[in-house]
Amino acid sequence: MKRGLTPFNITALVFGFSFLYVPILLLIIYSFNESRLVTVWAGFSTKWYAEALSNEALMGAAWVTARVAFISACVATVLGTCAALALVRFTRFRGRFLFSGMIYAPLVMPEVITGLSLLLLFVAVGMDRGITTVILAHITFSMCFVAVVVQSRLLSIDPSMEEAAQDLGATPARAFFSVTLPIIAPAVAAGWMLAFTLSLDDLVIAQFNSGPGATTLPMKIFSQVRLGVTPEINAVCTLLVGVVTAGVIIASLTMKRQEVKRQRDLATSAA
Amino acid sequence: MLKRLGKSAVIWLPYAWLAVFFLAPFLLVAKLSLSAPAIAMPPYIPAFDFADGIAGWWNDIQKFSIENFVFLTTDSLYWKSYLSSLQIALISTFLTLLIGYPLAYAMARAPRNWRPLLLMLVILPFWTSFLIRVYAWIGILKKEGLLNQFLLWLGIISEPLTIMNTDWAVYIGIVYSYLPFMILPLYANLEKQSPDLLEAAADLGATRVRAFWQVTWPLSMSGVVAGCLLVFIPAVGEFVIPSLLGGSDTLMIGRVLYDEFFSNRDWPVSSAVAIILLLILLIPIMLFQRSEARAREAGT
Repeated sequence: MKRGLTPFNITALVFGFSFLYVPILLLIIYSFNESRLVTVWAGFSTKWYAEALSNEALMGAAWVTARVAFISACVATVLGTCAALALVRFTRFRGRFLFSGMIYAPLVMPEVITGLSLLLLFVAVGMDRGITTVILAHITFSMCFVAVVVQSRLLSIDPSMEEAAQDLGATPARAFFSVTLPIIAPAVAAGWMLAFTLSLDDLVIAQFNSGPGATTLPMKIFSQVRLGVTPEINAVCTLLVGVVTAGVIIASLTMKRQEVKRQRDLATSAA
Repeated sequence: MLKRLGKSAVIWLPYAWLAVFFLAPFLLVAKLSLSAPAIAMPPYIPAFDFADGIAGWWNDIQKFSIENFVFLTTDSLYWKSYLSSLQIALISTFLTLLIGYPLAYAMARAPRNWRPLLLMLVILPFWTSFLIRVYAWIGILKKEGLLNQFLLWLGIISEPLTIMNTDWAVYIGIVYSYLPFMILPLYANLEKQSPDLLEAAADLGATRVRAFWQVTWPLSMSGVVAGCLLVFIPAVGEFVIPSLLGGSDTLMIGRVLYDEFFSNRDWPVSSAVAIILLLILLIPIMLFQRSEARAREAGT
């Protein structure tokens, strides 16, 4: 019985990963292109980066996006973690069916529908569209992603640990903060990262719910891309890809180290 | 007492948030789809006002009209867009499965210590902006783009291909953007399958191809369903991909809704478009929730 690296499997891996990575690599390579014609190579240059970084409209949009992503990720992480706890720990409460429906539905809901419906809410209550409405909208859909990520982690841990803490006299809140939270921390952190990048990434929902003075980076990029591909946009995109990739790699390394440390602590305390 | 309080906060905080920002907006969309348009800001005549009290509500309900829905059936643009969205989403989902399955399979069969790295490589593009990933294809697919340059250089074609601004560009965009969504549930499923099963099949004389179709494939069905739904549902309402890569004749309902809202400023009709889209997606969304819930329960 042959397993592992058969020629078929190697071909599938090479083709699959090339398909996933070649477009992004080409985008990065051509952001260093001297020529304004994006697809004609005319020598190495970093001038488009200088141009992009000195473009005030672009940088203003980047700053708006960073603030929106940071605030919405923090709130979404708290709400999403609560939602995950509710789903895992309390299997019976009134309206649980509706609740789990509202958690899973936004994951696949077409963005145009989410965007339109939230806009109608803000108009109905007479809220001016701007940075606040974008933040509220982003919290709403990203908290569901956080909930799913944290939920799968919660399901894998043994509830008896928290029960033991409570038997030893800890209040439920104390048991949660000193026993459960440290264990699910990697998932909570991953949820925050996911919420942050989802917000960083969102175009459609922001388009519906943003107002004057609250143009996010994807909105800015989209309006420029419609006019054509420019090396300046390539440069901005490369910077964004770089920031996110670095963030993901650093986060996963830190989590891995913490996980190793926790395992070691457990092993020493058991010995 | 405190325990009760903690429990209710944990449940009701997210519950109330979702009720206000997810459920209530849908009721507003439904309501607006039954209202008449107006040239004002906001551009519609409210058909329902919460401040009116019960008597007022009854009065309002009598003013509801299905005019917007009738309008959708009279203009062929709309039902053509719905059908073409479903068709594009179906074809793209199939293509994503075709590319994603072998990759997920190879990942699950790779040496154990490779797997975390491979998994990371699948997830990483998912963290990079959707918009950027779609944008990256413009430079590749356009007439003087990199793909045509490459194929002309190889001598495979003598004339540049027209891919950009056709349905093919949209298929490529959807497959590329949603591929990780297909791979992750498939990989999770395939990785859990015991290799003993295939050995048993081989011992019983099955060829490897036969063993795959009779053992691996049927067992991976739950992953296939989850992956396909994760691709199909959002793809039906996709807006960014058809508007950046598609042509002017690429009809997709997400784009129609967007234009109806931003260009024609007809909020009631765009709400009606959204309601119909939601009804079409209701069955796939419920299937998805059931498969999610089942997967979670199996995990415990």
